[in-house]
Amino acid sequence: MNESVKKVFFRRKITYLVIFAALIAVYIISASATEFHLSEGLASFPKAMAWIGHNLMPDEKAMKRFPKILDKLIETALLSVAVTVIAAIFAFFFSLFGSKATGFNGIVNRIVRIVAAFFRNVPDVVWAMLLMFSFGQNILTGFFALFFTTFGLLTRAFIETIDEVSAAGIEALNASGANFIQTVFQAIIPSAMPGIVTWILYMIETNIRNSTLIGILTATGIGYLFDLYYKRLDFSSASLVVVSIIVLVIAIELVSNLIRRVIL
Amino acid sequence: MEQTASVLTQCGGVCNARRKRSGKIKIGVHSKSSSAVKILVAVLLGLTVYAFISFDYKEIVLSEAISATLRNVKTVFLEPRLSSDTFRNVMYQLFVTFCLGTLSTIFGAIAAFFCSLLCAKNTAPSGVANAVKCVIALIRAVPTVLWVLIFAVSAGLGSVAAVIGLTFHSFAYLTKVYAESIEEIDDGTIEALRASGAGFWQIVFQAIVPASLSRMVAWTFMRFEINFTNAIAVGAAAGAGGIGFNLYMAGSFYFDLHEMGILTYIVVIAVILLEMFSTKIKERVK
Amino acid sequence: MPILEFQNVSKVYNNTAKALDNVSFSIDEGEFVSIIGPSGAGKSTVLRCINRLIDATSGSIVYDGQNVMKLKKRELRQVRTKTGMIFQHYNLVDRLSVIENVLHGRLGQKSTVCGVLGAYSEQEKERAFAILDELGLADQAYKRCDELSGGQKQRVGIARSIMQDPKLILCDEPIASLDPRASKVIMDHLQKINCERKITCIVNLHQVDVALKYSERIIGVSAGKIVFDGRPDELTDDKIHAIYGSDGSDLITDIQGEKS
Repeated sequence: MNESVKKVFFRRKITYLVIFAALIAVYIISASATEFHLSEGLASFPKAMAWIGHNLMPDEKAMKRFPKILDKLIETALLSVAVTVIAAIFAFFFSLFGSKATGFNGIVNRIVRIVAAFFRNVPDVVWAMLLMFSFGQNILTGFFALFFTTFGLLTRAFIETIDEVSAAGIEALNASGANFIQTVFQAIIPSAMPGIVTWILYMIETNIRNSTLIGILTATGIGYLFDLYYKRLDFSSASLVVVSIIVLVIAIELVSNLIRRVIL
Repeated sequence: MEQTASVLTQCGGVCNARRKRSGKIKIGVHSKSSSAVKILVAVLLGLTVYAFISFDYKEIVLSEAISATLRNVKTVFLEPRLSSDTFRNVMYQLFVTFCLGTLSTIFGAIAAFFCSLLCAKNTAPSGVANAVKCVIALIRAVPTVLWVLIFAVSAGLGSVAAVIGLTFHSFAYLTKVYAESIEEIDDGTIEALRASGAGFWQIVFQAIVPASLSRMVAWTFMRFEINFTNAIAVGAAAGAGGIGFNLYMAGSFYFDLHEMGILTYIVVIAVILLEMFSTKIKERVK
Repeated sequence: MPILEFQNVSKVYNNTAKALDNVSFSIDEGEFVSIIGPSGAGKSTVLRCINRLIDATSGSIVYDGQNVMKLKKRELRQVRTKTGMIFQHYNLVDRLSVIENVLHGRLGQKSTVCGVLGAYSEQEKERAFAILDELGLADQAYKRCDELSGGQKQRVGIARSIMQDPKLILCDEPIASLDPRASKVIMDHLQKINCERKITCIVNLHQVDVALKYSERIIGVSAGKIVFDGRPDELTDDKIHAIYGSDGSDLITDIQGEKS
């Protein structure tokens, strides 16, 4: 083996060692700050698994609650779809002003991006609690809490999509004298549609999971149902909620994979 | 080519036109893809309309609710003020949240790294790979907060349940994306090493890791951002500590909108800084 | 009679980099002019200043009797309507059909609503087919543009600009992404349009040999300045050197090989 090869291998070894040491250091600091003990974690793991195997099984009593769970599950699915679709419509309109490709002023671009970053980064937990004050235990609390974050996320995603796939067509139509609205419908929508649809499907899936969390905080939807059974120690019913969420999420994932394959 | 052109010119090309029943010339492409998009858009819009009709609004007075919301938004975002807590403690809680995110990312990444070797098509037999992928999809389908609550039953509410719960979801997520990065490696690289008699772990550390490290690092940092925000959410919804719990207490216990405002600003700034930091890292590894 | 006149046109980016430096030239109606020069010399800035995809910093550009630098939005759209543009990367809307892309050339003359709905008259459609036929693409009309080869895409680009009924076609590196055979087809078509339809063509090229073969006049640009303006036979090795600098030496030997 010649010198340079040896050097490469040596350097790689050193890199691995440094990374390893850094990870250990980060672990020690984080563990002490959060009072996390690895031994405790490891010990609780098999215990938890055994507990899941024992208790988290839907039984007959749980099946009696199934109609109610199904009702809330459908509500959650519809909520995710409605939030995502409405947020997507706003986000698309907004992203036209945030994209560099559409030729709006740089200041407009920047304002749109800052607004999107704000909505994206204010945790949905904050929106949920804020809206609880005014909307109370209402489905609209969940709707708006999810809406703002989804809107922020989709705006950024759509801006990136438009910049990436639509810039060429926009330039050509601009050069041929087409006006802005014509360009939107003839160049941006056709070219960005697959990207937009992919993002919408992804956000519907994400919002189902997020709405569970929001539901726990705001006492609405499927999250509330889980929390209710969980606090009553009715774990078999709670597990049926979990199973139904799994089925819903996986079903949506399968459908969106299928759609993506046809569209792209 | 010149010849076909001259032949076609006899009808001015219009003989190639397809016509609708009305005799008008069609111009669109009718592919599976474009009709799928149209159907999907129609279905989604239909579901949205149906959703708004079917929701139970419980006699809410929308105008009142909205004006109250606006007042609260104003209080939160324009009059942030700490009242029950010290700034130092809040920053410490932020650090705790940061550490929760870090721990779950580290554990998730280590477990995911080994699991992804069982999940990628070019390092594992297809039967194993598919089985692992199914399990991963199952784990991913359960919302993070439910994992935390499930673990809280045996481990008690606190950092242990939070870390394990957060780890579960990041483990599943990272396994999926790591496996995709490994699958993108050129088959020749692995084959060449195998041909030279290298063992499995030698292949892993001499070919797979160097070839996919940059993408894995990028994904890991992205996941870290998600874990950080999830740690806030879990702190609020499952009492797992950190700044999320402060937010929950301010919002749902003390009803202190001013304090919620300042906590929100701190979180937003932290998340944006993280985002900037991880973009830097991603640029560097590329 | 000049259709286009540049007078002391300069373009400065970010207050520092000078992309165009006091450029003056004029082009007569019906001319076929090539602009050659190394990449970054300012060729595509020249073209884009004409239809204001880029705004020049100073000077005046008179096109068809109007100073384009002083146009309002609506007037600018009218100017763009009578100016075709062909791009290096074709700039088609990939997911639409060939015929839809050709019809995009009409958008500038249509109302917003018709444009949004993609409602074109039967005459327009027939004309689009005739143009496609001329370019040998009539049988591809219903394909999606991303199914076409590069050369075919560029022909769709040409069809789209003919559809505009332009007085002038601006071609920004039309063959830079194409193989030699497809390049020849494209250049032949451009020449034919110029001869038969009397449309003025300005073509940015970086292949000197192509410029020599097709153009009536060549403008050489280097570092934002015009360093040559004349007939192809006036373009000597020295002049090529002046345009391309020392990097041009292999270019010259290439051409000499072809000449002999």
